[in-house]
Amino acid sequence: MSGRQRYWPILVFFLLALSLEVAPMPESLAPWRPPWVVLAVIYWSMHQPGRFGVGVAWLIGLLLDVLKGSVLGQHALGLALAAYVTIKLCQRLRVFPIWQQALAISLIVAVHEFIGFWIDGMTGTLQGGLLRLAPIASSVLVWPLMCWLIERLVTPMTRR
Amino acid sequence: MFTRGPSLGMRLFLLVITSILLMYLDRQQGHLQNVRQGLSVAVYPIRLVVDLPSRAMLWAGESLSTRRSLIEENQRLHQDQLQSAVQLQRLEALEAENGRLRALLESRPRLPDRILVAEMLSVDLDPFRHNLVIDKGANDGLYVGQALLDADGVVGQITRVEPLSSEAIMISDPGHATPVEINRNGLRTIALGTGDSSSLRLPFLPNNADVVAGDLLVTSGLGNAFPSGYPVARVLAVDRRPGEPFAEVIAEPTAALNRKREVLLVWEQTDEAQSVHPATGDGAAVDGTGDADTSTDGTRDDAQPAATEPGQ
Repeated sequence: MSGRQRYWPILVFFLLALSLEVAPMPESLAPWRPPWVVLAVIYWSMHQPGRFGVGVAWLIGLLLDVLKGSVLGQHALGLALAAYVTIKLCQRLRVFPIWQQALAISLIVAVHEFIGFWIDGMTGTLQGGLLRLAPIASSVLVWPLMCWLIERLVTPMTRR
Repeated sequence: MFTRGPSLGMRLFLLVITSILLMYLDRQQGHLQNVRQGLSVAVYPIRLVVDLPSRAMLWAGESLSTRRSLIEENQRLHQDQLQSAVQLQRLEALEAENGRLRALLESRPRLPDRILVAEMLSVDLDPFRHNLVIDKGANDGLYVGQALLDADGVVGQITRVEPLSSEAIMISDPGHATPVEINRNGLRTIALGTGDSSSLRLPFLPNNADVVAGDLLVTSGLGNAFPSGYPVARVLAVDRRPGEPFAEVIAEPTAALNRKREVLLVWEQTDEAQSVHPATGDGAAVDGTGDADTSTDGTRDDAQPAATEPGQ
């Protein structure tokens, strides 16, 4: 990343991730929806830890809270934590081969999801049982695809 | 961004504290209405964009349907309309009779409810809750606790009002309870959601209660959450277990939960509303709570200014 950067492709990417997070899905597939925003936050905090900090992740989480109608602060807290863990580990994560990276990422997603369960359990009814863990599995599958897409489409556009 | 500043751990710590504070304020106090409403306007375009594909499908389906199918539909609707008109004639006579009887009993007549049609947005909020988003909000005079119906029965109630859209909880949500009565005999009970949009539970009916499969459950109007007399569900199965104090009763919602796009919003016009606001019919907004409605276009506002009662 030499020189200055354009920011709008990243912005568009996050808007896309936010939309995918609430896009309609068949009811049987809905629990398997990949946590797009979490993955996007992990990606950018892994690749640009200097620019993309916990604060930005927190703000995106706040938007996600409003979008999904959850308690204000739930996703914000989870995303800030996920960004923190990723930034701490970014040197190691970046040199992993892609599948190993995907597995490591799924652990960070798990941290986010468990924060979510915990807050859901405190503020209302905790439904769904083991299906709650489905997003962690689907994030492993989606991660390589998302990395590939970002490297081909978004990153070239950010270069000036 | 700020590369020099407090350390990463410190920033995280501050954000965690802020989040916990936010959650507490939002959950326990409801102080954050303004913050949420401001942000909701920012995310409203996202909701619209997400809704676009299904809207486009709907539009394509409408504009690509053949002349023949349109004519058929038109004929069918004509017939339906005729039938409804005939039933409505009887209803008017019955309403008049009911009014006279209530006058004899010296109780106030029931007023017709005001109704507004809203459209669901195809937005998935949480796979484990039964929430929905509709395209009307505070600008149309919606309020928290307002009943949501469709052509066949009760759908749910509004849980959060934003300027341009609102969130609602369906009666099938596991956290929702609907006060109902059995239409046949007036037996009152509570219908709980199960998390399955095709069934409700009635866990508080004793084994000797007079309930049989096929009974229609209507809203009882208790708890001030729903206007009374709207169909909620039909009893599917009654399982009387001798060893247990309560029967296990399963009912199926009459409304097409999650299957239809249009929903109806109802402003309940209660007896108290009339006693507090005598019949003047000037269409003025009622009270200073801020969530009272004013008459908007496209609504059936044929009687009184509505009084609203935030049901929760």
